[in-house]
Amino acid sequence: MTGDRVAVVGAGMTKFVRRAQETPKELSWEAAHLALQSCEMTIDDVDAVVIGTAPDAFDGVHMKSEYLSDGCGGWGKPLIRGYVGGGTGVFAAIQGWYHVASGLFDTVLVVCEEKMSSCQPHPQAAFLTIFDHTTERPLKPNLLWIFALEMNAYMNRYGLSKRDIATVSVKNKRNAADHPAALLGDPDITVEDVLNSPVLAWPVQRLDVSPVTDGAVALVMSANHVARRVTDRPVWVEGVGWNLDTAYWTNRDLSYPVYVEEAARMAYDMAGISEPRQQIHIAEPYDPFDYKELHHLEGLMLFDRGEAPRAAADGITQRDGDLPVCPSGGLLGVGNPIAAAGLMKVAEIFWQLRGEAGARQVPGNPKRGLAQAWGDLMQVGTVVVMGV
Amino acid sequence: MIRDVAIVGAGWSGFRSVTPELSHKELMYDAAVRAYEDAGIDPRRDVDTFVTVGEDYHEGISIFDEYVPDQLGAVQRPVQSIAGEGIQGLASAVMQILTGRFDIAVVEGHSKASNIMTLPHVLAFAMDPVFNRPLAVHPYAIAGMEMLRYLSETATTPEECAAVVAKNRSNALFNPLAGYGASISIDDVLIAEPIAEPLSRLECAGHSDGSVVFVLAAGESARVLSDHPIWIRGIGWANDTFWLESRPWGDARYARAAGEMAFRTAGIRSPSKEIDFAEVDDTFAYKELQHLEALGFCSWGTAGEWTLEGGTALGGEFPVNPSGGALGEGHLLDATGLARVLEVVLQLRGQAGQRQIDAAEVGLAFGWRGVPTTAGAAVVLSN
Amino acid sequence: MEEFVYDSVYLSSDDFREGRVLFEMWEPNARYAWDAGVAISRYLQGLKAAKLIGRSCPDCSRVLVPPRMFCESCFYPTDKWVTLRDTGTVLTFSRCYITWDLIQLEEPQMPAVIEIDGASSGMGIMHMLGEVDPEALAIGMRVRAVWKPPDERSGSITDIAYFRPLEE
Repeated sequence: MTGDRVAVVGAGMTKFVRRAQETPKELSWEAAHLALQSCEMTIDDVDAVVIGTAPDAFDGVHMKSEYLSDGCGGWGKPLIRGYVGGGTGVFAAIQGWYHVASGLFDTVLVVCEEKMSSCQPHPQAAFLTIFDHTTERPLKPNLLWIFALEMNAYMNRYGLSKRDIATVSVKNKRNAADHPAALLGDPDITVEDVLNSPVLAWPVQRLDVSPVTDGAVALVMSANHVARRVTDRPVWVEGVGWNLDTAYWTNRDLSYPVYVEEAARMAYDMAGISEPRQQIHIAEPYDPFDYKELHHLEGLMLFDRGEAPRAAADGITQRDGDLPVCPSGGLLGVGNPIAAAGLMKVAEIFWQLRGEAGARQVPGNPKRGLAQAWGDLMQVGTVVVMGV
Repeated sequence: MIRDVAIVGAGWSGFRSVTPELSHKELMYDAAVRAYEDAGIDPRRDVDTFVTVGEDYHEGISIFDEYVPDQLGAVQRPVQSIAGEGIQGLASAVMQILTGRFDIAVVEGHSKASNIMTLPHVLAFAMDPVFNRPLAVHPYAIAGMEMLRYLSETATTPEECAAVVAKNRSNALFNPLAGYGASISIDDVLIAEPIAEPLSRLECAGHSDGSVVFVLAAGESARVLSDHPIWIRGIGWANDTFWLESRPWGDARYARAAGEMAFRTAGIRSPSKEIDFAEVDDTFAYKELQHLEALGFCSWGTAGEWTLEGGTALGGEFPVNPSGGALGEGHLLDATGLARVLEVVLQLRGQAGQRQIDAAEVGLAFGWRGVPTTAGAAVVLSN
Repeated sequence: MEEFVYDSVYLSSDDFREGRVLFEMWEPNARYAWDAGVAISRYLQGLKAAKLIGRSCPDCSRVLVPPRMFCESCFYPTDKWVTLRDTGTVLTFSRCYITWDLIQLEEPQMPAVIEIDGASSGMGIMHMLGEVDPEALAIGMRVRAVWKPPDERSGSITDIAYFRPLEE
């Protein structure tokens, strides 16, 4: 590699809430401010800014990154917004990586923000416009459909029951009870609660789904020589990968996320990982719906196809299990402000690898972790592997 | 920059005010096929990473990223979108190559402006939702206010701004791609109806549909793929404040900062001596003047006089927008900056036909995101 | 860990009802007339004539639906229109109790991905199921398009009212 090694050196986030009083700019500032403070930097130390934020329809502003720019510390600086739908949060960290690894910048501030509550009467309506405007939108599709269609295909392929999948929601909402930013932490939730929640779009029930959320998360990423100066515990970006499948989602096999596998292979190759199940100690796969965590664990090759539900049932993915998965509480528990939720996963790996995760700290001094997000029309995988 | 990067393939389609026969996918496919043919590559085999540029409300799609891989040959490959200026998309691809982990990258930008029935309303939707939008003013009024302030701070005259329109639309007559070529006099511009005084209708670029695709390659690969790679010497981009309430209305400070970064990464100390010609954003006529000054091609307040005297004309000492610019080609929304880059590439290759500039060795392209933003990006290219 | 979390201000529904917070409402005026293009225009014309049309790739020989002018897998121009049958197989389905704008439904909508007969394996389109007990739905079920009457067809995907189970 010609580029320098890149480390995450600071992270901060807002509380994830159903409806924040702060404007999108202010949420961005709060997260950016804490991320800089956490590594004793100021905005003057930042050479460039990366913004990640999902559909403009949520915040209700066209060219959203321009509106957010000053809240993200972008005044007078090079600023770019990358965009891969729901995969944006983890992709923003990848963009931060290539900004620094290009040799053009020493320190980059990465900010992801989403204020979904601005979209009235409900942000679900914004999702109508993700579908093909000519061949699908006239059917008045609903975002839940694609998840339900995918979940049904997954369950059918491997003969899974709702109970097999509900354990994920329970685990993550319980984990989130220890997260100070969480919207839906619940230490007492049970599988029965999930199975008895209202059916939205069978097989999807209310407690299978992550909540609509407002929030922001920020990271500070630095080149080797800066990272070693500002912290004695840099967390290195070891591998990055991303991959986008065809837009013709109705032509694909929905039971397996091949694009996640391709993204993971790219990241593992860069990180020198040949046995992911042995070499990755902690994972934050994308969990907007409970089955997605299982789907993604398989795509990431951490479990064989169709085997993730059994691993979950055996407790392997619990916070004190052999492979802790979503110790943060994930999107199901902490909340799902789309792009911010993805970057929250990267921040969680950062805190876990530094031993700063407080009550959520996983045992055993993990050395390497993975964050993954997913998005577009069930189409994109974004993966970051980090280590200490 | 720590690694050599070149443009080894260029393709385009459209550049017309309407393209009713093609969907946005088919328009992009046409441009992509040309670019890949030009570079002699197979996208399914040879390309390591793809970048596309666009904005949801320009597409009429939430998460337009969904609908880009198929027509670029990018299915199940690394693809990302940039919601930004076209040259920011180019910068993203350049950075990826600079990391050393990617050799060949593709950048795409496009416009289906003709499909947006309420473009001014969409633009207004970019304004601050609490402070500015409720005033319900046409976003071009921001350009009018900025032009007025620029004229009063620099003593630039309306005639000098109008001369930009006459020059660029005349240049466009020599550009087979350009749809807005015309012989227009300075007086024609001055008597055209005002949009937002002092800005007249003829000083605002019309819109075009189109797609531009580039293939980029790292040094060794570029030399293998192309007999005539166009080298990316430096690149820079920057934002100024978004607040209407506190921006510098006379000076395009974002262009100054973007230019400084591009010149720094290119190792250029004296832009006016080391660069032979430029394609700079002219979405509004006065913007060309403001951008030329901010980029350091002439001193503050002198670009108007320079233009009126013919210094920036096709045969002048420093040709500006030989393609006709956005005034001559039409504004391609997020792809406008890439259209500026395309002309620089064609000029450096000696493929600019009747508008070819003699001994063009180093050129600059500059793109601006348009009102109400203060974001711009610059790239220096050379043989 | 708390030091990394900003104490953002949470608003409740009461805050809005009782006017304790101020806000600005705006309805975006964003209207579009998308060019359907070569492939989808022909597809829509086919629908108006109660036909499903695909397009085949000379390189990989797949018959693609919805039709497209290029094969995304081979990156090669497609070259033949293919009339498909209006029958197919349910690849996956849902029973959805809320509409896209969150209106609760007593009777569920039944969206499905339907593999169309005559297209290549796995080539599905999204549409609705009807004339069937929601609880009787199954993956692998065979279905047929129910077309709207000719005078109600406009060249839209909704020219098919829904797909219903096929009696074979």
